[in-house]
Amino acid sequence: MKHSTLKATIFISVLSLFLAACSSTPSDSGTSTSNDAMSSGSVSTGSVGGDGVYGGGVDARGGVDTVFYFEFDKAILTPEAISALRIHAQRLMSNPVSVRLEGHADERGTREYNMALGERRGAAVKEFLMLQGVNGGVLEVISYGEERPAAMASDESSWAQNRRVEIK
Amino acid sequence: MFNSRSLIALIVTLILALVLANRANAELNIEITSGADNPTQIAIAPIQFGANKSADISKIIADDLRRSGLFEAMPRANMLSHPAVAKDVYYRDWRIVGIEYLVVGKALRQPDGRTQITFSLLEILGERTLFTHKVQGTDSESRDVAHYISDKVFETITGIQGAFSTRLAYVTATPEQGAMVYRLMISDADGARERLMLKSKEPIMSPNWSPDGKELIYVSFETGRPAIFRQRLVGAKREQLTNFRGLNGAPSWSPDSRSLALVLSKDGNPEIYLYSLAARSFSRLTRHFGIDTEPNWTPDGEAIVFTSDRGGSPQIYELTIGSGKIQRLTFKGSYNARPRLAADGRTLVMVHRDGGAFHIASQDLVTGDLRILTTTRLDESPTVAPNGAMLLYATKVGNRGVLAAVSIDAGVKYLLPSRQGDVREPAWSPFLR
Repeated sequence: MKHSTLKATIFISVLSLFLAACSSTPSDSGTSTSNDAMSSGSVSTGSVGGDGVYGGGVDARGGVDTVFYFEFDKAILTPEAISALRIHAQRLMSNPVSVRLEGHADERGTREYNMALGERRGAAVKEFLMLQGVNGGVLEVISYGEERPAAMASDESSWAQNRRVEIK
Repeated sequence: MFNSRSLIALIVTLILALVLANRANAELNIEITSGADNPTQIAIAPIQFGANKSADISKIIADDLRRSGLFEAMPRANMLSHPAVAKDVYYRDWRIVGIEYLVVGKALRQPDGRTQITFSLLEILGERTLFTHKVQGTDSESRDVAHYISDKVFETITGIQGAFSTRLAYVTATPEQGAMVYRLMISDADGARERLMLKSKEPIMSPNWSPDGKELIYVSFETGRPAIFRQRLVGAKREQLTNFRGLNGAPSWSPDSRSLALVLSKDGNPEIYLYSLAARSFSRLTRHFGIDTEPNWTPDGEAIVFTSDRGGSPQIYELTIGSGKIQRLTFKGSYNARPRLAADGRTLVMVHRDGGAFHIASQDLVTGDLRILTTTRLDESPTVAPNGAMLLYATKVGNRGVLAAVSIDAGVKYLLPSRQGDVREPAWSPFLR
């Protein structure tokens, strides 16, 4: 396979040496594309549901954490998270509103892998709530990976704030 | 050691043997493979372009060639003369200042308003014209014309197809009035002529080109969840392809254009699926409780490489589509992710953690040699030029995301022009003609 690739490369290269057309137009699409692309750009997309509403089941001001933090490359709930999530579970069982569990990662590592990591963290929270008796149907895990950091700097303290799941 | 550099050397040597055997000074061509340490000396004489002949495209050509790392372009101020055609060239004037190749070009205004450039590549030592070509374009296509000339010059001297007429796609994130605004952009390969493809208040991720370079696929959160979209560059027709609960991510267009490899977690955890564009059907390719993500096709379309933590840490695996056979490719280091294969099918580039730093590394799939190409600490999203000579990646300067380039032999490095906000996730287009 290696050999054929090499052959193909040589063939193409040789071709490119000899396929020197005397007259040629440099990509007609070049500028026409740009015009049309601009018109697409002006059609900016709206955001739907980005604000995520938690139908009043949890009052963050009521002293219960709604953000739970994780170690690097880990999706294990901390003791603090577990005690807060028990309260969330009680409230969700008595008032089963739909909830978004938004999982996040810090900026280290690759973006799509971090999407998977954010989801794994959200899933850990979801699983814990379900073990407490919450109906899984009201819990939706949505990962944002490293795309929506809570803190912007590239240091340990920011990274720790960004490895999180938010209940919304 | 048989690295990519020696592969290029071999290719160039073989081409020389095959087609340049009857030419003198073949050594000049071989020297190119020694890389940025000993770049080929070239001069691009001024080439006027456009209605008032005010636009000079020679600087664009010189910058193209310089960025490849294989050339050093003579500054305009050092030129003793500014010939536009071969017959006006005094070879001795160029030879005594060490120039090996000279590009000259003359513009002719066409009745339809286009400008036609007749350009020649001259070999100074042999005192001969290697080629004369014509190319034409409208005033607004001056950069296309310049990149076309760069491609022809680069191809003739190096034997490697030029990638100066290609494009980049990337994502920017800019804080505006307290909220982040995400944009999907495209530009020329040199970063010029930036164009907006999509603007959103929700994240945009993972742009990937169609094999014909006419469409992009990407992830947008505009519905409140990640979803995969496809969008034509011309006409901007857009379509949402996936709408599953959980991850809808990491789309990669197959070389035969018919399907996408992508990631869904609808069955419980991230798995790689094949999506048939014609049938609009999904078939699952991976079955493991670990994370499987970031698929990328082999050039022959028979396999994908992907990231999986099935072995305990993120590593690169290869899955042969026909047989379903999975093989681990990376073994050095505790974090290897987001694989991208060069067009030779042999050079794998990825994000590699070395201590606490994330670098771009390349691995020769035949010898297994791993080579770290970058020195900054938060490098990600490598994308290889279609000719395999350079790769682009995202890194951080201060707290800002920027795009940087490195040659596949790590000899050449440069930053793309800085822009507003955070720039990330470059995707190099295929050849566009």
